[in-house]
Amino acid sequence: MREVTVIPLGSHPRDVELEQLKTGIERVISVEITIAPRPLDIDGALDVSRKQYHSTSILATLLQQSDVQTERVLGITPFDLFVPVLTFVFGQAQLNDRAAVFSTFRLHNEFYGLPRSGELLMGRCIKEALHELGHTFGLRHCITQPCVMNSSTYVEDIDLKPADFCLPCREHLGVVL
Amino acid sequence: MTAFDPSDITIMIVDDEPSVRQSLAAWFEDDGYGIVTAQNAAEALQCMQDHTVDIILLDIKMPGMDGLALQDRIREFNKEVIIIIITAFATVDTAVRALKAGAFDYTTKPVDPDELSHLVHNAVEKIRLQRENLALRESIDHLQFVDDIIGESAPMQQVLELVKTVAPTDSTVLILGESGTGKELIARAIHMNSRRRYFPIIPVNCGALPETLLESELFGHEKGAFTGAQYRRKGKFEMAQGGSLFLDEIGTLSLKSQIDLLRVLEDREFHRLGGERSVKADFRLICATNVDLEREVKTAIFREDLYYRINVFTIHLPALRERRADIPLLATHFVQRHARSMNRATPELSTEAMDVLLTHDWPGNVRELENAIERAVVINKSGVITPADLPLQIGRNSAPPRGTSLSEMEKEHIQHMLDENAWNISRTAEKLGIDRVTLYNKLEKYGLKRPE
Ligand SMILES: Nc1ncnc2c1ncn2[C@@H]1O[C@H](COP(=O)(O)OP(=O)(O)OP(=O)(O)O)[C@@H](O)[C@H]1O
Ligand SMILES: [Mg+2]
Ligand SMILES: [Zn+2]
Ligand SMILES: [Zn+2]
Repeated sequence: MREVTVIPLGSHPRDVELEQLKTGIERVISVEITIAPRPLDIDGALDVSRKQYHSTSILATLLQQSDVQTERVLGITPFDLFVPVLTFVFGQAQLNDRAAVFSTFRLHNEFYGLPRSGELLMGRCIKEALHELGHTFGLRHCITQPCVMNSSTYVEDIDLKPADFCLPCREHLGVVL
Repeated sequence: MTAFDPSDITIMIVDDEPSVRQSLAAWFEDDGYGIVTAQNAAEALQCMQDHTVDIILLDIKMPGMDGLALQDRIREFNKEVIIIIITAFATVDTAVRALKAGAFDYTTKPVDPDELSHLVHNAVEKIRLQRENLALRESIDHLQFVDDIIGESAPMQQVLELVKTVAPTDSTVLILGESGTGKELIARAIHMNSRRRYFPIIPVNCGALPETLLESELFGHEKGAFTGAQYRRKGKFEMAQGGSLFLDEIGTLSLKSQIDLLRVLEDREFHRLGGERSVKADFRLICATNVDLEREVKTAIFREDLYYRINVFTIHLPALRERRADIPLLATHFVQRHARSMNRATPELSTEAMDVLLTHDWPGNVRELENAIERAVVINKSGVITPADLPLQIGRNSAPPRGTSLSEMEKEHIQHMLDENAWNISRTAEKLGIDRVTLYNKLEKYGLKRPE
């Protein structure tokens, strides 16, 4: 079975049970998840003027971790992420490659002035994790079916899509997993 | 409607900042679009030649040619591609300018992911509609950018068929035809319908320059290559890089220049004058001449080997008198054009004037016709152009004196015009509706000499 390491970045994300995340992912795709014991320092990726972290340089940091040997590595961070041309990103992944990252910053209901919901937050985290891992296994955005690989630019988009892959995406994963 | 496949759409990202190119590329790759990137205008133009680009995400501030200038440049040869400007330095001014110049939309860096996907989604929707429309019209496949070529007559339609055939190939083309028949116009049509249209077509009038100047004009030179060469200068061969080189009046090339040209065509590279480094000659060659090259080959005025090099695909442009059916169309076209450019109401052409135009022999062909019309529009006051407005001697062509051949008439007419213009060659050529080189050739042909 494919192995994935989940690493908290910067600090442990508030209100997110990593064990729950692990089960959520493992229920959908056949991977084996290990959770890294300590958060990884990502200060190098901070853009001081934007007060955001550059997700591409976080991917580079993840790839440099020599003690992490698994085939895939997924970072999770409470900090807001960006790439230069966009105001923010929920996450970023290397297409058909090893590293992926996502942020919980904009997954909290409170960010949108809504009442806190642990259940929604967990659901969003699991979908984001599956989505970014899907990219690392070679999946692009899915446009024809309800699928976790639908692209999301709003948190509502994430809520709307299922925490699962559609049949064609599943078939693709079946080949690689 | 068939399901839409993002991989059928290619997005070109033009930005000098590597991280911007990289992040936009990654973002749209996840959507499955085809992606090409360019870090400056030159690369962008090259990309447009190598790929079919559907959408351009264009930065404004770049070293060298900026995004707005690049947009203008692209619009000269491609009206379809969708351009979305993404800039960090937005002002209302630049936004308005960009949109006026045909940008599809405009946004500022950093852009909201949602806004960006919306912009591109809208663009894709438009492309989908265009493609559906295109599929409906596919069978017609007509030439682009030939609106200003007038010609419904059978000989002109044949010419346009040939243009359509040869344009997409990279073949050398030789255009034959009398002065003023539209050789340059056809050369441009070939270029604009070739895959090189993203690069310029560089015209060189071989007859206009003495041999030594022509050499540096074509080859360019390094600084200090000869006295007076104070700067390095790009030659036409280099300027035509990626595009087409149009050698007009190729029949006037000196034997030395013919050898030089032949060598460049054979080696596909050349040196600037006084230069060590060889430069690649990557252009399509289009030549034109109004002389009988075959005869010049026989009399050893034109090299046979060069002739075979350039005589690969020939287009013969009919003289205007061989396609009189086009005269009314051309005449009205020029009346409209010149009235518009002079900001005047478009005058009518009287039936009598049209008769004169239809029966005149037009030794200077379309150019002569155009000049005659332009003059008529200038001097006309009544709003109806009559034979009196036309600089053509009526009766002269319609009823030639017996025994007088066309060339004798031409000689006489030229002599008359020269006298009338005090032997001012430029002015006479202009009046005759031919260029100076042609006039010189005719002086030589008829042995006409300036009176002492
Ligand atoms: N078919 C045409 N439709 C409209 N305009 C034309 C046509 N043919 C020629 N013209 C116009 O006539 C003028 C002369 O054309 P052009 O310069 O292409 O002729 P040419 O054959 O290259 O002449 P030359 O041998 O003197 O160089 C130009 O202004 C051109 O726009
Ligand atoms: Mg010409
Ligand atoms: Zn994605
Ligand atoms: Zn899917």
